[in-house]
Amino acid sequence: MQEKYDYIVIGGGVVGAMIARWLSRYEGKLLLIEKEADIGMGCSSANTAIVHAGYDPLPGSLKALMNVKANPMWDQLAGELNFPFERRGDYVVAIGEEELPLIHKLMDQGIKNGVPGMRMLDAAEMRSRERDINPETSGALWATTGGICDPFQVTVAAAENAVINGATVLLNTKFEDFIWEGTRVIGVKTNRGDFFARWVINSAGIYSDAVMHKAGVRPEFIIKPRKGEYFIFDRAEVQIHNVLFPVPSSRGKGILVTGTLHENTIVGPNGNVIDDKEDTSMTKEGMDELLDGAKKLIPSLNLRHSIANFVGLRPMGNGPCYTPGINYNNDYVIEVPSSVQGFVNLGGIESPGLTSAPAIAEMVVDLMKDAGEEFVEKKDWDPIRPGRPRFAHMTHQERKLLCDMDPRYGRVICRCENVTEGEIVAEIHAPVPARTYDAIKRRTWLGTGRCQGGFDMPRVVAILTRELGVTPFEISKRGESSEYLFRPTKDLEVSDVN
Amino acid sequence: MEEKNFICTACPMGCKLIVRMEGDEVVKILGHRCRKGETYGRQEAIAPQRMLASTVKVPNGFHPLLPVYTKGSIPKQRISEVLEKIRAIEVTAPIKAEDVIIPNVIGTGVDVIASRDMPAKN
Amino acid sequence: MLIKKQYDVVVIGSGPGGLAAAIEAKKGGADDVLVIERDVELGGILLQCIHNGFGLQTFKEDLPGPEYAQRYINEARALGITFLMDTMVMDVTSQRKLYLTSQDFGYIEVDAHAIVLAMGCRERTRAQVRLPGYRPNGVFTAGTAQRWVNVEGYMPGNKFVILGSGDIGMIMARRLTFEGAHVERVLEIQSYLSGLSRNYVQCLDDWGIPLQLQYTVKRILGKDRVEAIEAVAVDDRWNFIPGSEEIIPCDTLLLSVGLIPENELSKKAGVLLDPVTGGPFVDEHFQTNVPGIFAAGNVVHVYDLVDWVSLAGAEAGRSAAEFALAEKDRSARYIPLVPGKNVRYIVPHKLDKKALEKGDISLQMRVTKPIEEDVWMEVHGEENSIVRRSERYVRPGEMVTIVLKPKMAAEVEKAGRLTVDIYPKSEA
Repeated sequence: MQEKYDYIVIGGGVVGAMIARWLSRYEGKLLLIEKEADIGMGCSSANTAIVHAGYDPLPGSLKALMNVKANPMWDQLAGELNFPFERRGDYVVAIGEEELPLIHKLMDQGIKNGVPGMRMLDAAEMRSRERDINPETSGALWATTGGICDPFQVTVAAAENAVINGATVLLNTKFEDFIWEGTRVIGVKTNRGDFFARWVINSAGIYSDAVMHKAGVRPEFIIKPRKGEYFIFDRAEVQIHNVLFPVPSSRGKGILVTGTLHENTIVGPNGNVIDDKEDTSMTKEGMDELLDGAKKLIPSLNLRHSIANFVGLRPMGNGPCYTPGINYNNDYVIEVPSSVQGFVNLGGIESPGLTSAPAIAEMVVDLMKDAGEEFVEKKDWDPIRPGRPRFAHMTHQERKLLCDMDPRYGRVICRCENVTEGEIVAEIHAPVPARTYDAIKRRTWLGTGRCQGGFDMPRVVAILTRELGVTPFEISKRGESSEYLFRPTKDLEVSDVN
Repeated sequence: MEEKNFICTACPMGCKLIVRMEGDEVVKILGHRCRKGETYGRQEAIAPQRMLASTVKVPNGFHPLLPVYTKGSIPKQRISEVLEKIRAIEVTAPIKAEDVIIPNVIGTGVDVIASRDMPAKN
Repeated sequence: MLIKKQYDVVVIGSGPGGLAAAIEAKKGGADDVLVIERDVELGGILLQCIHNGFGLQTFKEDLPGPEYAQRYINEARALGITFLMDTMVMDVTSQRKLYLTSQDFGYIEVDAHAIVLAMGCRERTRAQVRLPGYRPNGVFTAGTAQRWVNVEGYMPGNKFVILGSGDIGMIMARRLTFEGAHVERVLEIQSYLSGLSRNYVQCLDDWGIPLQLQYTVKRILGKDRVEAIEAVAVDDRWNFIPGSEEIIPCDTLLLSVGLIPENELSKKAGVLLDPVTGGPFVDEHFQTNVPGIFAAGNVVHVYDLVDWVSLAGAEAGRSAAEFALAEKDRSARYIPLVPGKNVRYIVPHKLDKKALEKGDISLQMRVTKPIEEDVWMEVHGEENSIVRRSERYVRPGEMVTIVLKPKMAAEVEKAGRLTVDIYPKSEA
């Protein structure tokens, strides 16, 4: 671990990871710092997993520009980085005649944004596309370029590709302040020491405002967390294949009912603005909101079949519209500020942030070029990040070959999702290593099934203990302070029973 | 006169027993619906007994703990003492089910025995 | 150890249901009995149930779980039953083919004449889902905690609150207390005890652990690790009673809120499940709707005493052996029908020799090419002729039929296969 770099990216979410991936193509030492125990633990792993078509953002906004530019990049990206991605198309479903003008307006907006492949469906067509759709549907906007992915896999894949191409990823490393030379940023102070670089990129998600304020940039820019709560349903009970949006409101795209690439159906998000940037609690009111929203699209949906829930905080910023003169103040900030040298500033990358990530990364590189950075492409740059085997998705023959190659793939640890010891060990030793239970869960989908980890938890803790060479008491769910085990059964810290 | 209340555990029915005592002697038992309940009530009032199960450290064992139990019931008041004795020892594998781990534990006349075979590690 | 391609009876699970089934199957005449267990040793859930209460009916003794299992394990070993441990069954088909995977043997296929499903049940986690608050570490089902405390040797907490007055919850309340932890409260949403009253006496009352009926968890506090739970009283409809909330500091919440029969494999085999029990529809022999697939124990419905599980397992095992032997017998009676000279195909492809005793069997076939002269059509075994008939011509466009009659059964019995040849009489 050295101290001098050319580029430092603050924040290991999907945007930071994608920026790192794009920068790793060029000569120069690259460091990505992430304050949590794993990358992507913010809203990058707690969202609807949708690659948006681009009809939703306001024409003229940077959101619209990035969304529409990025959408077609996903096929090549998925092929290079080997993450799950599918273009299923999405439906914005109008319920009742009064909602029809709204979806027409959405289509017009999409056309203005340059979105291809949209079509209007009438009520009968919509009913034929989704058997359980609310019978009061009056029609839908069908956007064929919409897609779904596994957003965490995208984040991991991008970060790993950066590492494969020479980047360093430091976890549990928290930005504290900048290091200055006059008005030039020359490095960062962190809880694990000082690191120097010619360029520092702010990709700190929900804390991007705090980071830019440390650089004296945009003191008026504030991030407010917009809480999105979600339910996940048992795939054995609920099988929605389509991506279903309600008509959007001022509060956002609304509560979706959508299939996922894990074949679970998810419902969410709601969109309540809160104050606490650490408040990822699920609320009773939120649960009720989700159920109401879901039933608007699929009236037969029953909460009894939910098996898990999660919460993501979207970084809603108050950035002005990219195109001057348009009255919109929730736009992205992506800039090289004039007041500070050696600094690329991003802020407010909420939806369609996941979708836009590759275009944002490209824009960051372009901005740095415009500011005078001379990039030299690495001769041995490898765009490919190889995928790792997924026992659950393999045929009998493929499984046999895998087990013959490495017997650890023969030992099933998560029975509900069919995840093997071989896969778990591979993730623990991956280019961006998984060191906590949740890190393994995000990568392999283990523990997300019917028993919610009841069977696999003790076994995963034992495997982590062995592979990391630590004591079982150091194994945690999501980093320090979330350890599983307190002491051996027979050792008492304080005295006895009565 | 003293009145003690118990839930009978002689069978799953769980009758609510009332046992009236004069000093150390049982004067009357109420609430039982069978002879076993009467016996239980009497015993519970005078000298309650319990079966005890716990685990013992077996450092060289296939698992780090060996489950053990009392082969017979012991006085309820002395459970903590027996647990202390069990906590204080270690045993060595291999062990066979019903091997005596602590004979006549704390003078109760009851042995603490192994609940299962425990082979050594590897 | 050599794993065979075919077993008479395969038992999935080595808990009390599976062990009893395997033993009775072997005693019932099944020679090759295989038990598949996903854990590293035999015994199933009994291994972590170290408390007494097992065997009062079966052995007339009050045994702890592991010893109850040990008795069956010893008997099963003595009978020469084959065990595969640390092995997961990935798939079961309605044709009774199993796909297994383990570190030792890799990914293999095994066929069974009969199968006994004995996978037991899993714990309900649903309460966990609809609890508002964070999702910190420290929320476990009682069974997972039991595994850690009793088998792996670790305490997953110091201060516990238990949701649910099921037996597992009450047993763990006592167990944790014995190992020096503090159990603050047991909360039960119903107005009555969920488990046995004996456990209330010996686990909660004995140790002064308060039980609150008609109470539940309203919220979990703590972000990385549980810091407290907010308990709340409920009415008969489970609505919260405002003003009754209480914050109980703790670091662990154990859930003991129900058991669900584990039937994912059953579904794969086409076994129909009763939505009320969560387990397969079974007859008095514990056979499911799929012939040759039986089920016993908690996988069928949740039992209260292990002794009844063993009885059910025994019945299923006995019936499975009976089915397997009849099945073996029947397969041995089948012989193939092979297309010979100038025959393109024959239907049926195989026939049960015994069936010929009861009535005619028609063999239908087509020829490969036209023969426009007198032909012989002959059915013969390896060394004997069964029947020979003549026709004036044969053509591919016209189906040809030869009828086997019961009087031919004795000759057919001698053959291992029957071949049909059709050829011109001039070539005979």
